[in-house]
Amino acid sequence: MSRHTLSVLVEDKPGVLTRVASLFARRAFNINSLAVGPTEVPGMSRMTVVVDADGDLIEQVTKQLNKLVNVIKIVELTSESSVQRDHILVKVRADAATRLQVTQAADLFRASVVDVSTDSVVIEATGHPEKLTALLSVLEPFGIREIVQSGTLAVGRGSRSMSDRALRSA
Amino acid sequence: MSKGSPISPSLMATKSAGAPKAPERADRTADHAGVVADLAAVSPVLGPNNVVPPTVMTGSQAIVRSLEELGVDDIFGLPGGAILPTYDPLMASSMNHVLVRHEQGAGHAAQGYAMVTGRVGVCIATSGPGATNLVTAIMDAHMDSVPLVAITGQVSSGVIGTDAFQEADIVGITMPITKHSFLVTDANDIPHVMAEAFHLAATGRPGPVLVDVAKDAQQGQMTFSWPPKIDLPGYRPVTRGHNKQVREAAKLIAAASKPVLYVGGGVVKAHASAELRELAELTGAPVVTTLMARGVFPDSHPQHVGMPGMHGTVSAVTALQQSDLLITLGARFDDRVTGVLKTFAPYAKVIHADIDPAEISKNRTADVPIVGSVKEIIPELTEAVRSQFDAAGTPDLTTWWAFLNNLKDTYPLGWTEPEDGLSAPQRVIERIGALTGPEGIYVAGVGQHQMWAAQFIKYERPHAWLNSGGAGTMGYAVPAAMGAKVGEPDRVVWAIDGDGCFQMTNQELATCAINKIPIKVAVINNSSLGMVRQWQTLFYEGRYSNTDLNTGHETVRIPDFVKLGEAYGCASFRCERDEDIDATIQKALEINDRPVVIDFVVSPDSMVWPMVPAGVSNDQIQVARNMTPEWEEED
Repeated sequence: MSRHTLSVLVEDKPGVLTRVASLFARRAFNINSLAVGPTEVPGMSRMTVVVDADGDLIEQVTKQLNKLVNVIKIVELTSESSVQRDHILVKVRADAATRLQVTQAADLFRASVVDVSTDSVVIEATGHPEKLTALLSVLEPFGIREIVQSGTLAVGRGSRSMSDRALRSA
Repeated sequence: MSKGSPISPSLMATKSAGAPKAPERADRTADHAGVVADLAAVSPVLGPNNVVPPTVMTGSQAIVRSLEELGVDDIFGLPGGAILPTYDPLMASSMNHVLVRHEQGAGHAAQGYAMVTGRVGVCIATSGPGATNLVTAIMDAHMDSVPLVAITGQVSSGVIGTDAFQEADIVGITMPITKHSFLVTDANDIPHVMAEAFHLAATGRPGPVLVDVAKDAQQGQMTFSWPPKIDLPGYRPVTRGHNKQVREAAKLIAAASKPVLYVGGGVVKAHASAELRELAELTGAPVVTTLMARGVFPDSHPQHVGMPGMHGTVSAVTALQQSDLLITLGARFDDRVTGVLKTFAPYAKVIHADIDPAEISKNRTADVPIVGSVKEIIPELTEAVRSQFDAAGTPDLTTWWAFLNNLKDTYPLGWTEPEDGLSAPQRVIERIGALTGPEGIYVAGVGQHQMWAAQFIKYERPHAWLNSGGAGTMGYAVPAAMGAKVGEPDRVVWAIDGDGCFQMTNQELATCAINKIPIKVAVINNSSLGMVRQWQTLFYEGRYSNTDLNTGHETVRIPDFVKLGEAYGCASFRCERDEDIDATIQKALEINDRPVVIDFVVSPDSMVWPMVPAGVSNDQIQVARNMTPEWEEED
């Protein structure tokens, strides 16, 4: 199965997230991650959905999503044509003896320390999923207490705007 | 115009073709009062588009007024606490409200009404259990693409989410089985939501739309004006087929030596039977009509080779299996048609025309996909095929027809007489069709009697055959027949029902009797859940687990259908012998002042043939138990 990143422009109406999520459940499509938030256009939200599906199935996913009345537009973003980022907060064991090593590791990944206590730090990092996986494997030996991770966010490269084009064509 | 991503080139082509843009822009810029004349031509708001200047009224008055403005004449429903405010102005309305005895009946009645009239069916229920009782009908309408608007009361917005009395999240419950749904908590939203609901239900691929209205929105004051603005930026159904795809399809048709027109319910929904006939006669190709399409092409037409699928005719099933080109129109490669998908029509290229892009290449990959309304696609295809034929000549289908005609002659539909001396159910149904004729409307439940009604009644026109195809809802027949009779009061409407199905929804006989809706119910009483019993006979060594209903010959007859019919104010008869069948049907046909119930006592051993057992290829079709056609004779 291959991984696909779909950018889905939706009307910001009650229940729209449920409609999208339940469509995936009902049609037995696999969501790898889903992130949703408002856009530059009032009344419109944008979801980034990462789906594991083969060629025929991703077409069916897109067609079924398009049938949802609140879905305005769907674009598949490839890794070459888009910037894709995950966001992670990770709480790592770090006492006086290990704190410096932990923060140095974070620095190497251009991650920042956003909270410190006597025996732990919270590290915030942004990046492509592979980079975050690498960061976690470096932090693992110190003892990871908690991981909180966002879904992937993705935006197309270049000056064009998805919502801009969608509104014009609508 | 394009809403889709550039994922599939084939989809892109059709999507970007799209509907003409001009009317769409007009919709968007149209401002209510000023451009009425223009609006009438292009408005997505159903109904006569009267202009109503701003008027203060309650939300419930706005619901009723919206329905009136949308051109609704008949509604099926049952009141309760959360919808009570709306029932008050409904009393003063000119619309006809039919008070059902169970909300499921309201739902199926609205479906039957929609199926025969082509208009949106409307049902109303209260919150909680009232709404959940509609769920089966909503799901049924979703599976069979029936335009339906279900209006439900909801508890007041202030107590939504508190598990208030008769509160159910009906929007959430019905999300996967509606085309769309609305929760209205502000009275001012009512007119545009109602107009949007009807627009969604009726256009594109039709389907059910739920409008859930909180009680305080019904009671609140609002300013009503009409027509409202429809704002559905994500809803742009494509109706015109892409020219290039249509030409590609025509080329395939001109090159095919074994083409088949595989015709589904979409052609009925699109009212495209005349267009279909022209295409069929031009191409000379055999036509199969699916369970949902029976009647859209006349059974008597020499090019009709039957119904395909699990209980289809040998000629129809084999035509698809042997075909080199499926011209698929408004059909969806349902598993009951294809059997094991990978063995279905293995030699065929596929043209697939459907208004729902998601149906195309869902089950079977299409070589030529055409997204759009078959009402527009078929005439364009006919023209394109005509040019192809003019240029390259008409293909010679003589060999193909010789093969198919031989199958038609060798394996016609028929039945064997039961050995227990009871009547053959097939004969009863065949006689009902013969004595009533093609102008009647036939509504079936689900099971053996449904298949026999599809097989042995001769359909000559669309909208004459109603059944629960996709959902397979037992209990559909009586309420759907009631709705059909309300929609087409001048036609004879038969509910061909089973003794199992009939016991699920027969309470609507009260509605029929009291409201003078004189349907005729033929209970094909084999004293069992017949289709399940047939499978037990064939696949479970005759172990009849929980299929005996004790309603038939030499049983306790609980219930006694004649007494039951009489209790509901219906003329009621029992027919137990072959020689009485015609006379009983005639007697029923002469009664038009009240519903009729006939208990046709038939053999429990009759089975539906032909049959493709589940899980095997359609090539394994059996014409009778363990009897496959003699394929050697083909040539």
